[in-house]
Amino acid sequence: MNNDVVIKAENISKQYRLGEIGTGMLSHDLKRWWALARGKEDPFLKVGVENDRTRKANSEYAWALKDINFEIKRGDTLGIIGKNGAGKSTLLKLLSRVTGPTTGQIKIKGRIASLLEVGTGFNPELSGRDNIYMNGTILGMTKKEIGRKFDEIVDFSGIEMYIDTPVKRYSSGMYVRLAFGVAAHLEPEILIVDEVLAVGDAEFQKKCLGKMGDVASHGRTVIFVSHNMQAVQSLCKSAMYMKSGRVMEVGPTDVVINNYLNREVKNCLVRKWEEQDDMPGNDKVRLSSAEIVLHNPEAGNIIDVNTPFDIRFEFYSSAEMVNMNLSLVLNTTAGVCVFNVTTQPTMIAKGWHTSVLSIPGKLLNDDVYTISLYFVKDTSAIEYVIHDLLTFEVIDEQRQGAWFGKWVGAVRPTTLPFSLK
Amino acid sequence: MVQHQTEHDNENWDIKISADSGYLDINLREIWRYRDLLMMFVKKDIVTVYKQTILGPIWFMLQPILTAIIYAFIFGQVARISTGNAPQILFYLGSFTIWNYFAETFKVTSKTFSENATVFGKVYFPRIILPLSKVISGIIKLLIQFLLFFVIWAYYLWVKEAITPNWHMVFFPVILALIAFMSLGFGIIITSLTTKYRDLNFLVAFGIQLLQFVTPVIFPISSIKNPSYHLWLWLNPLASLFEAFKYAFLGQGTGVFNYYWLGYSVIWTIVALVVGIVIFNRVEKKFIDTV
Repeated sequence: MNNDVVIKAENISKQYRLGEIGTGMLSHDLKRWWALARGKEDPFLKVGVENDRTRKANSEYAWALKDINFEIKRGDTLGIIGKNGAGKSTLLKLLSRVTGPTTGQIKIKGRIASLLEVGTGFNPELSGRDNIYMNGTILGMTKKEIGRKFDEIVDFSGIEMYIDTPVKRYSSGMYVRLAFGVAAHLEPEILIVDEVLAVGDAEFQKKCLGKMGDVASHGRTVIFVSHNMQAVQSLCKSAMYMKSGRVMEVGPTDVVINNYLNREVKNCLVRKWEEQDDMPGNDKVRLSSAEIVLHNPEAGNIIDVNTPFDIRFEFYSSAEMVNMNLSLVLNTTAGVCVFNVTTQPTMIAKGWHTSVLSIPGKLLNDDVYTISLYFVKDTSAIEYVIHDLLTFEVIDEQRQGAWFGKWVGAVRPTTLPFSLK
Repeated sequence: MVQHQTEHDNENWDIKISADSGYLDINLREIWRYRDLLMMFVKKDIVTVYKQTILGPIWFMLQPILTAIIYAFIFGQVARISTGNAPQILFYLGSFTIWNYFAETFKVTSKTFSENATVFGKVYFPRIILPLSKVISGIIKLLIQFLLFFVIWAYYLWVKEAITPNWHMVFFPVILALIAFMSLGFGIIITSLTTKYRDLNFLVAFGIQLLQFVTPVIFPISSIKNPSYHLWLWLNPLASLFEAFKYAFLGQGTGVFNYYWLGYSVIWTIVALVVGIVIFNRVEKKFIDTV
């Protein structure tokens, strides 16, 4: 009946105490203890705020997870997605039994192993050989199992020459490869993986993802947490979207990721001002609207690296005749200037004017960009500047191949002719 | 039908993670399953100590013998504290080695949570494995150290004929076991109490030093002239163990073998261990949030 459910979470919540531990905490502990001693409920379980990291908390307690319920079936591969602070890592910690829930219960069937980091328990003084056994046993393998896989692990990590050297003499790359080698050869019934794939070079990531794919295809259950939608999409059959400590949605990966992007991507695609006094500008020029318009309106508001779109501005010029040009600077939110483009200087009359910049697909990288707009008079004098006028996020496409690392660069002009014969 | 299904459901789960736990919820089967990890921790403790040293494991022996020589000079020659009928060096070597085992095991197990928070924060294994591994690696070190004791002991026994050991030596493993479990019990109590408020750590640090001087480590209780102090000294649960060890190996006058006080120490050990396991179990689930 319920036989194929291997993980069942019932009403789990996790409360964290904010601030420093000191005498201030003691009074709360005493109150809690006194309430429990009289058989009453813990008074501090009723308080607590949602885990929103952008605001200052007005309570001393925060709920990292609140009333989470879900079931995972045998052989499922579940990706957990959500922004920082959504509770993903807390949930993994609970599932891995690193810490306990404040309320609720999780029930698990079968052997479970979790990879919240690679190389847990590595001792720098011990040799590679000893560390394989150390790390393997910490992750729940027996010595016999490790012995059986030993050659494979050494082979996988490519450190045969250094196997009897203390790992403190390893390069960081060798260290990570050895650590991942052990991790990749775990054979639990349920595997929990945090974003450990962020380590290593591209070739190595490929190897690891391949290995994880193997694990999943052998009927074992995998839970995978990542910010990387591409990795989730290609590895996971279903996904769970979390926000502020709650489960928003569980379902097929495509659907969930799409909804996640629609809700979470921080876009400011349209800005319009109705009243003249509100419009940014001065007595010469006033901007009434700025907006990003996708060429294909069916795509919703999601801009991926292939999406062509227009940036449109409407403004009012009060001068009778003026030689004006618009200058647009595109920055990433990290502050890297991507480019600066300008319109031709044009004599414009008093009245409303429109300006459009077309951005083709396959130009921008996956990143969050902001726009600054300059009104320039006589090609030299800046009449007015509006910084951070619009903000938009470009998301990655579903990539081919097996590499899902961050694509570097402020732009990704994939249409540039680049051939190999 | 629904009822039946829930019951059936409950039986099949291997692991249940919830907010509460039973008091004596020590899962022996799980510890057994992780026995290889236990042995790896023990191996690491022993091996890493003398990595990159020339003398290697000999260092284990040098520490007690040097201490015994200094003790023999300070307490024996300068302070002239009686060691009964036993040669001073042997008396100090034996009791210091055992004391050192107790003190080290207690100190290191009393920091189980705070010192291993990084590992505990990343992976689950029965937390008790770690303090347990310290107890075992300590015993192995102690046995290495006792090789030296036995050499000197044999010299005084057969060459000098200066000591009169007796059949009570068969209790040696029992005495060691009691010391091991007592240090484990007290250690895990302290570590469980100090995950949130660390005040107790300060007490432990110097308390253990003071405790050595009220435990019959460098003197036999019988050497205290004023008998009204004796009761107070015997109330220390470690006292009967040190007295018994010395009586068994060194003979009359160096210690007393008292079954009643030994029974008293056994009770202390059991209580410390049970209390330790209970609060360790309660703390291990969530300590990572406050450590």
